[in-house]
Amino acid sequence: MSSTVSDRQRAAYIATQAADARVNVEIEAEGMTLNIGPQHPATHGTLRIVVRLDGEQVLWAEPIPGYMHRGYEKLAEVRTYPQITTLVNRIDWLGSFCNEVPFILAAEKLLGVEAPPRAQYIRTVLFELGRIANLILFLGDMGVQLGAVTPVFYAFRDREYVLNLIESATGGRFHPNYDRIGGLKEDLPKGWIDETKGALRHVRDFCDEMETLLLGNEIFAKRCRGIGVIPAHIALEYGLSGANARASGIDFDLRRDEPSPLAWKDADWKVWTHTDGDAFARYWCRLQEVRESTKIVEQLLGGLPSGSIQAKVPRIIKVSAGEAWVHTENPLGEMGYYIVSQGGLGPFRCKIRTPSFSNVSIVPWLLRGVFVPDVITILASLYFILGDIDR
Amino acid sequence: MILGLDLPYWASTLIKVGIALVAVPTATALIVQTFLFKTMAFMQSRLGPMEAGPHGSLQLMADGAKFVQKELIVPDHADRKVFVLAPVIVLISTFLLYVVVPIGPGAVGEALDTGIFFALAVSSISVIGILAAGWSSANKYSLIGGLRAAGQLIAYELPLVLAVVGVVMLAGTMSLQGIVHAQSNFHLFGSSIALPFFIPQIVGFVLFLIAAQAELTQPPFDMPVAESELVAGYQTEYSGLLFLFFYIGEFGTAFALAAIASTLFLGGWWIPLYHPSGAWGDVFGFGVLFVKTMLVSFLIFWIRFTYPRLREDQLQAFAWKVLIPVALGNLVVTAVFKVVLH
Repeated sequence: MSSTVSDRQRAAYIATQAADARVNVEIEAEGMTLNIGPQHPATHGTLRIVVRLDGEQVLWAEPIPGYMHRGYEKLAEVRTYPQITTLVNRIDWLGSFCNEVPFILAAEKLLGVEAPPRAQYIRTVLFELGRIANLILFLGDMGVQLGAVTPVFYAFRDREYVLNLIESATGGRFHPNYDRIGGLKEDLPKGWIDETKGALRHVRDFCDEMETLLLGNEIFAKRCRGIGVIPAHIALEYGLSGANARASGIDFDLRRDEPSPLAWKDADWKVWTHTDGDAFARYWCRLQEVRESTKIVEQLLGGLPSGSIQAKVPRIIKVSAGEAWVHTENPLGEMGYYIVSQGGLGPFRCKIRTPSFSNVSIVPWLLRGVFVPDVITILASLYFILGDIDR
Repeated sequence: MILGLDLPYWASTLIKVGIALVAVPTATALIVQTFLFKTMAFMQSRLGPMEAGPHGSLQLMADGAKFVQKELIVPDHADRKVFVLAPVIVLISTFLLYVVVPIGPGAVGEALDTGIFFALAVSSISVIGILAAGWSSANKYSLIGGLRAAGQLIAYELPLVLAVVGVVMLAGTMSLQGIVHAQSNFHLFGSSIALPFFIPQIVGFVLFLIAAQAELTQPPFDMPVAESELVAGYQTEYSGLLFLFFYIGEFGTAFALAAIASTLFLGGWWIPLYHPSGAWGDVFGFGVLFVKTMLVSFLIFWIRFTYPRLREDQLQAFAWKVLIPVALGNLVVTAVFKVVLH
């Protein structure tokens, strides 16, 4: 197997054969180019991956994002601050509320206001519910990618409880659009806190079930252990964040490490890391992350401060010239907004740092020399969302 | 002899073919409706099809009608003749499996002296169809799927055969009818007792089920059709009726292998302490075999819904390094057992 393919040769392949959408059987001495995606059952979304195969072994692989580019950074430039939350909701569509929060925090930073404590608590609670709604789907979907169809149905079943909570609080199941500059759209409905307890019990039961059904399964362990190992220094070089970095032993969680107006510091929880850095470790880390999230939600709702949910802000929000960078620990990793204002109604420039984009950048490094089935395991365990890559 | 009538060869053959043409799709429909639609749905805490007929019981007819209506799409660069022929080959293998399974004391399609040998032989024919489908589709996913399937089916043929050899040694015959009789009348220390073979051959039974699972390319051995990576493996380019053929092939074979497993290990149409005969015996035997077959199918499908799939190399290693040595060990033990206790 000749693994020394120069960058130029790779580029030539992509330009000539691979860019051609028609896939024919070709027999060549040095292998076969396989086009995975953009329409493919394994790529949840439209990520396209071109792999060069030698038998079942991958010589090189190249992810080609951009099939779902919607231009949110550019669109944000022609909108006012309150309008932008509607856009950014759709970046990571599984945990939408988590996309709003860092943007609103950045806008508040520019404006120089801070939401009252009750609003911050509710924000944190919904942030964590968004994380649960997002990661629960990963925990089930990983099974589907490896051939076990049942877990994903349990995931959707128990995710429903969380989505119902989000819906009854915000009015939107998928795109809450609930965060406002200086506060929230409205207060929590009556009885919401009691309902949450039941939903969290379902989530915890789901985690226990996945621990026995998947993590405890020998075949699952066989397929995941030692597959797609990312050493800590490589993870840092590629800018991985979230559970992908934590599974490689990097103890990094912005909720704990970054001073934030949100209420994470008031809850007692733990950042789990794993030393293996393989697909199994990434799954395990996310499972623990969901469990910690349920703890955070429970504690914060127990000590929910009373008071207003909206700080005083002007009716027409106009910020002075300046820059703000706010990043938070989103379900997929570090998400940040860099907003440049020139004193208008909307941002002059809005750079969105999404975790999936960096997490996917390691794919060519990671896929070299693995087998085709492991390609799917690795992609599933990296856990990206296409809206989050292409935004 | 069919129901006591002494018909000429051509007439009885014609009737048998007619019965097979009805029986195989019916068995497939039963399996799909019971397990794939309903059992799977309940295991996954959902309802499954509910709209067509009471509790979705007519869903399969709707699906069948849909398949028949669909256009047969043959890809541009496909080898047309082979492409169309491949699912038919798979289907032939399924139909031939049903020929030798005895459903009553006097009811069997063709009472071959080498019944189980014939069944195992024809079940391998499907490899040719699958390989042909993978090759002729002019699709890389199909090609990889076809090659994986061929490798897997050949590897798991061995433990399947070795698991059966243990039973054949105990029974002293390769005729499936003879194996059933041997279980109802097993000679132990000179006396004869009723002994379903899954008791002395529990290892063989488990091996047979695992190997059958692999032969059916079901999870955890569904690498050839792994939908999350190969789209649908060798079936990717098939549509309409030809896809239906693969579908019938897969689930019809599942039913047939379950029937063979219950014949070999659970006593087939026979139950202890009751010996019906004549036409009533055939009907009764059919009922018994049916219940046993459904139980075995349930096991097969339960595993299908639960486990993730093994990687291709792990799957091969499992066959060659675990199943075959265990099967050979089982043979040695069975041989000793046979000599000592007989």
